[in-house]
Amino acid sequence: MAENTVKIGKNLVDAEEYLAEGHNFCTGCAEALAIRLVCKAVGKNMIINMATGCDEVCTTPLPVTSWRVPWMHTLFENAAATMSGGEAGLKILMEKGKIPQRDIKCFAMGGDGATTDIGFQALSGALERGHDFVYVCWDNEAYMNTGIQRSSSTPYGSSTTTAPAGKVSIGQKTQKKNMVEIAAAHGIPYTATACPSYPFDLMNKVKKAADMKGPAYIHILAVCPTGWRTASNKSIEIGRLAVETGFFPLYEVEYGKYKMTVTPKKMKPVSEYLKPQGRFRHLTEEETEQIQMKVNANYARLQKMIECFPAA
Amino acid sequence: MSKRVALEASHAVAEAVKMSDVDVISAYPITPQTHIPERLAEMVANGELQANYIPVESEHSALSACLGSVAVGARSFTTTASQGLELMHEVVYCGASMRFPMVMVVCNRSLSAPISVWGDHSDVMSCRDTGWIQVFCENSQEAFDLTVWGYRVAEDLKVMIPVMVNLDGFTLSHVTEPMFLPEQSEVDKFLPVFNYPYALNPDKPMTHGGLGQPDIYTEAKVAQEIALRKSKSVIIQGWKEFGDIFGRHYSPVEQYRAEDAKTLLLTMGSYSETAKVMIDERRARGESVGLISLRLWRPFPYEEFRKAVSGAETLIVFDRSISFGMGGPVFSEAKSALYSEASRPKVVGIIGGLGGRDMAVKDFEYVLDRGKEIAEQGSDRMIEVVGVRGEMIKA
Repeated sequence: MAENTVKIGKNLVDAEEYLAEGHNFCTGCAEALAIRLVCKAVGKNMIINMATGCDEVCTTPLPVTSWRVPWMHTLFENAAATMSGGEAGLKILMEKGKIPQRDIKCFAMGGDGATTDIGFQALSGALERGHDFVYVCWDNEAYMNTGIQRSSSTPYGSSTTTAPAGKVSIGQKTQKKNMVEIAAAHGIPYTATACPSYPFDLMNKVKKAADMKGPAYIHILAVCPTGWRTASNKSIEIGRLAVETGFFPLYEVEYGKYKMTVTPKKMKPVSEYLKPQGRFRHLTEEETEQIQMKVNANYARLQKMIECFPAA
Repeated sequence: MSKRVALEASHAVAEAVKMSDVDVISAYPITPQTHIPERLAEMVANGELQANYIPVESEHSALSACLGSVAVGARSFTTTASQGLELMHEVVYCGASMRFPMVMVVCNRSLSAPISVWGDHSDVMSCRDTGWIQVFCENSQEAFDLTVWGYRVAEDLKVMIPVMVNLDGFTLSHVTEPMFLPEQSEVDKFLPVFNYPYALNPDKPMTHGGLGQPDIYTEAKVAQEIALRKSKSVIIQGWKEFGDIFGRHYSPVEQYRAEDAKTLLLTMGSYSETAKVMIDERRARGESVGLISLRLWRPFPYEEFRKAVSGAETLIVFDRSISFGMGGPVFSEAKSALYSEASRPKVVGIIGGLGGRDMAVKDFEYVLDRGKEIAEQGSDRMIEVVGVRGEMIKA
C-alpha cells in the first residue's frame, strides 16, 4: 500500500502524483487523467514503456520530464516488445542475483493506433509469450497526435481527417476493431475495459492486472476533446454516456470468465452519447438508428458471453 | 589455458555470448543466422547459459526487446541478417541514438529482390548511417573475439554505443574452422560485469527517449557524432588489452604484405582470406602487391586508412554491394577519405560476390589485373563487376 493515501468515499487512493503537474496535454484530456489514475493504482514500484504518441510528446519535451516513475519510449509500434525485454531483463537479473529481489510492475502503454494498428503484431507476440506485464491501450479512437486520422479503432460513422464525412461518405465506414476480445483470445489471465469517468473501477482493474502473474490487457476509452470536437469540460460526462448507452461497456475477462463491472440501471439511447460530439454531428436520424442497432447487438453478445462464461 | 577446438563461426559466436555472461537473448530466425540463436537456445535449455531467451515474433521486436532489457541493466544480445536487419532498421537507428550498449551479430546476406539467401554486404551497407560501431570478421576466431570485445567497448562509460559484428553469411557463418577457445577466467579478466548507470529503477526514476524539439535536437545529434568518433580510442585500447590477455592483435585497418606495395587491394570480411592467397602468389612472382582490409567500418578509421595507403600508387576497392545510382559504397567512402590528401593513390572500384556468387582466387586475380588496367587506361564501362554476363555493363 502507498505511504500517503487519501480516503475518497470508501476508497483509499495514493496521494502521490507520479505524472507531474505542468505537462502539455490539452485541456480536458481524459487520457492524461487515465494515466494519472493508472500510476496511482500501481504506485512507485513500476516501470513504463510508452509508444510514440500524445503521451510522450506531452510529457517529455527534453530536457524536462513529467515522470516520477522510471519511464522510457523508443518507437511507435514496439511498446509491448520493448517491455518484453524489460520484464525478461529484470527477471533474469533477479534470478542471477545481480539485482535485489523485488516486485516491480512492468507496464507497456500506447494509443489505439500504436495498439490496434501498427503495434498489433508486437503486442500479440508479447501476450502469446506470457511476459509478466500489463499493456494499457489509451483508446481515443483515432491518431490524435498527428491530427485526428482514422485508425482501426475509430467507430463507424465518425468523421476524421482521413475518413472525413462528405457528400457521398458517412466518414468511418468500418466497425471498431474489438481489441479486447482479440487480447482475450490469447488466453491471457486478465483483460478488461475501463474509462476514467469511473476512476475506482479503473484503478481496481489496474491493481488486479498488475498483481496477476502473466500478461494483462486493459483497454481504456479516453475522451479526446480536440479530436472528438467536444467541450473540454464535458470529458467525464461523455465518458459516462459511452458506458450508460452501452457504446463502451465496462467489463473484465479473468481466466476466460466474463463479468460486467458497471451495469447501467437503465440503458440510455446512443444518440445522447453521439449528439454532443462534433465528429458525429453529420449523422442522420436513420444513421444514428443503425448505430443504435449495432450497439444493441454488441451489448447482447457480451451479455451472452457473461451468461455462458460467468465469473464465480 | 586456451584450448584448440574446431567450431563453426556461428557456434563460436554462441560460445562468446555464453562466456560474456549475457543475460537476455532476443532473436528471430533468418537464414543464414539461425545456427547462432539455435545454439544459444540449446545452451539455455541445457542450463549451460543462465539467460532469458526471448523467442520474439519479428526482428523489429528482437532488437526492441534488447532496448528494453539493456534499459533495465541486462547484458543483451541479438543477431540477424538481410531482410531481418532491414525490418529492424528504425530500431537499429534508435538504439544507437539512445546510447544502449549491446552487441548484434549480423550474418551478412543479400537483399530482395530477387530473393536470395546467400551472402553479400547489401544488408550492412544500409546501416552505415545508423550510429553503431561496426566491425568485420574474417574467420571463426575473429567472430568469437570481436563478440567478446564488442561488449567491452560498447559498455565502456566513455562509449555507450552498440556494436555490430559482421560476419559473412554461409562463407563464414557455416564454416567450421580451428580456433582457440579461452578460459572463462581470461574472459572475465578482459570483460568486467555490466553495470549500466542509467537502469530503470523505481528508487531513482529516470526518463529515456523524450521529445527533442528544434532547440535541443541538433545538440543531441552532434553529441552522438562526437561520442562515436571518440569511441575509436576505446576501440583501439580494447584491442590492445585483448592482445595482452589473449595474444591475438587487431587493428582498425588490417594489412597483409602491404607496407611497400605499389598496388593495394581493399576488401572487407571473409573474402580477405581468399584474396591473401592471390597476394601470396603474385608476391612469389615478384609483383609489388598487398592487401588491406577494413576491420573497423564505423567510426571510419580515416587516419589509419590514409596511413595504410599512403605509399601505394593504386588502390583497388572490392565491394560486395551496390549503392544504386552511385556504385560501390566502400569505394565511394575510400575515395572520399583520400580526396583531401596531397598525395594519394589512384582509386579504382570493382564489385563482386553479389548474392553468394563465388569469389575464388582466380577471381581476385581478375580484380587485381582489371583494377591495374583501369588505373592505367580508364574504363569505358558504367560499372565494373566481376564475371557479370551480358552486354549490360557497356556505358
